[in-house]
Amino acid sequence: MVKRRSFVAGVFLAAAVAFPSLAAERSIVVASTTSTENSGLFGSILPVFEAASGIRVKVVAVGTGQAIKLAKNGDADVLFVHHRPSEEIFVAEGYGVKRFEVMYNDFVLVGPKSDPAGVRGMTDAPAALARIAAAKATFASRGDDSGTHKKELGLWQAAKVDAVAASGQWYRETGSGMGATLNTAAGLGAYALADRGTWISFANKGDLEIMVEGDKRMFNPYGAILVNPAKHKHVKAAEGQAFIDWLVSDAGQKAIADYQLGGLQLFFPNAKKAGS
Amino acid sequence: MAEPAIETSSILPLRLESVSYEASGKRLIDGVTFDLRAGTRSVILGPNGAGKSLLLRLCHGLIRPSAGNVSWAAASGVAVPYRQAMVFQRPVLLRRSVAANVAYPLRLRRTPARERHARVEEALSRAGLSALAGRAARSLSGGEQQRLAIARAWVMRPEVLFLDEPTANLDPAAARAIESLIDGVHASGAKIVMTTHDLGQARRLADEILFLHRGHLLERADAATFFTKPKTAEASAFLKGDLSW
Amino acid sequence: MDDLAAAFGQAASLLLGFDAELIEIIGLSLRVSFMAVGLAALLGLPLGAAVALYRFPGRTLLGALLNAFMGLPPVVVGLVVYLMLSRAGPLGALGLLFTPGAMILAQCLLVLPIVAALSAQIVADLNEEYNEQLHSFAAGPLQRLATLVWDGRFSLMTAILAGFGRAIAEVGAVMIVGGNIAHSTRVMTTAIALETSKGNLALALGLGIVLIALALAVNFAALALRDAARPRYG
Ligand SMILES: Nc1ncnc2c1ncn2[C@@H]1O[C@H](COP(=O)(O)OP(=O)(O)OP(=O)(O)O)[C@@H](O)[C@H]1O
Ligand SMILES: [Mg+2]
Repeated sequence: MVKRRSFVAGVFLAAAVAFPSLAAERSIVVASTTSTENSGLFGSILPVFEAASGIRVKVVAVGTGQAIKLAKNGDADVLFVHHRPSEEIFVAEGYGVKRFEVMYNDFVLVGPKSDPAGVRGMTDAPAALARIAAAKATFASRGDDSGTHKKELGLWQAAKVDAVAASGQWYRETGSGMGATLNTAAGLGAYALADRGTWISFANKGDLEIMVEGDKRMFNPYGAILVNPAKHKHVKAAEGQAFIDWLVSDAGQKAIADYQLGGLQLFFPNAKKAGS
Repeated sequence: MAEPAIETSSILPLRLESVSYEASGKRLIDGVTFDLRAGTRSVILGPNGAGKSLLLRLCHGLIRPSAGNVSWAAASGVAVPYRQAMVFQRPVLLRRSVAANVAYPLRLRRTPARERHARVEEALSRAGLSALAGRAARSLSGGEQQRLAIARAWVMRPEVLFLDEPTANLDPAAARAIESLIDGVHASGAKIVMTTHDLGQARRLADEILFLHRGHLLERADAATFFTKPKTAEASAFLKGDLSW
Repeated sequence: MDDLAAAFGQAASLLLGFDAELIEIIGLSLRVSFMAVGLAALLGLPLGAAVALYRFPGRTLLGALLNAFMGLPPVVVGLVVYLMLSRAGPLGALGLLFTPGAMILAQCLLVLPIVAALSAQIVADLNEEYNEQLHSFAAGPLQRLATLVWDGRFSLMTAILAGFGRAIAEVGAVMIVGGNIAHSTRVMTTAIALETSKGNLALALGLGIVLIALALAVNFAALALRDAARPRYG
């Protein structure tokens, strides 16, 4: 019965391989958005922090809505997203300790080269959206309750257009992440709102181009919040706060500013100086 | 296992009382009464479909009678199922080696490894299968498979061995090999209960004959009497080879 | 579509280049799915065999559930496991969320019905053949189960391979409970989803080709093992 014994041995071997010695490394889980992860920002700045602190940062990149849900459930130590109103509610409800401004990037309105709605070069985002609605030009929306999606809905509101009413017609809700939505827009020749970071690093642009940029209302601030250890005992408050402190420190802010893609800076540090 | 208790008292005779068996609304065995004693070789004869296989399975306990009783003389506490074995009309060989097939019933009985090895070896050599011990059982020829099935039954040292047409589809030489194996099992003290369509074989092996016809036990006699002076017309016709169902 | 051609180039250069990150991802994929399938087999084979062999209350319902759950959407399994393992959930204290352990659990649940339902069918078929012989040997219920599982092991391996195929290829469950964390819980499928969302379609497809090659290799290895062993056991 050599066979049976070797089978049993195989099972134990597999178990040993699957659970390598659970080294007691210090680590935190950061619930963040796809825009920060997909743009490569974390890949660039986290090694700097990890080397300086010895704390490993595990990023779970999901939509802002899901990231907040994760943090509320206590499944993350730090929330790092970009929808200020939701973040403020998160802190007000006692789920988070305090919101720290970290950086911003901005949104851009992209669309097909042919520009059927004729919005190229406009600097007033709501006006551009109104023109797209009037032309019934196809628009691809995240439709996933993410920060970008919420930002987009705010812009439609400013444009006084009920885009969601046209859902399924010229307004297409993809219900997926930024990249997937850009893939869809490229395929459909649709307009879409994207964060600049994802846009620059996105590799499948097809004939999409930036149509509208520079409007202050497309400003996209990122905030970092420590999940409240009073709500969830297991939250690694010291390590989590150390990460946030580093993000807003000179070293962290420099690391953010230093990250470039194709020679372009994606994120602009804007932490308030300590004491201010 | 309570090995001593097993050795002391015999489970025989086996008694069938007014045993009937029905399936799909048909009475396939009808009010059969007889008993089987230790020592003799009992051969059940009868045309195709007479109910011989059913009767063996009733005796062995694989199926329950619809009416009547099947009872062993064993004292209570004796593991009757462990004291008997059956070789089927179509042997079911496990997907294992020849040796593992023979070892299998001993493993079920938790026979200690050393004794098991010895008994397996002995059974294989008796059946002339030692050279094939490592082969996949299901790759054997029909005759070899039948010998293996008998070796596997014999290794259990059964007090009663049931065999259902053990030589069907075998050439005469292979059939003879099986017969001498059965003789050996009998010589070692086991009661033999078997069916066959080979009247020559029945003459060679049988001490007594049970003649079954359409589910009825028409005749029971010692072999010499049955073959020379059958009592019923059906039995005479069967022996002449012109009884059909 | 030149992306398609590029994908094969990507796959080749990924494999030939022994890209450290790719090796890490492949390693985790294999570890997670092997463990998940191993656990599912340990539980699913006896469970399926029990459904095939024993009469007990709820047996028919259990059989029907196993069959229905063979097609369970991975995302649903992922969600259920997430809700269980979340700090706000009943098993939150284990701290398993966003670890390979959580992924193993999710895939195990996903694969268990497949392994169990297919095993039930295989064992039932084999029992049909062995039934009277085992009855004649006076095999007990557990001995019967063990015999049928052992003798059916080559067919049962097919059930396990079907489970492995599903585990290694699913993305929905591991994405939710693993979180696709770089160097921690990123596996082949979540990496493919990530690269797709970055618009790196050729790289994503290249990873997909590597994944398929991996699944093929595992199947070939298993079948070769079977063919090597089978002649000796029939
Ligand atoms: N489960 C069953 N349901 C219905 N009929 C059955 C069943 N089992 C056996 N029979 C029938 O009972 C009769 C006796 O069957 P059995 O197998 O005992 O015959 P036999 O005497 O062994 O015949 P043979 O010499 O061909 O082996 C046959 O007509 C068979 O078709
Ligand atoms: Mg018969």
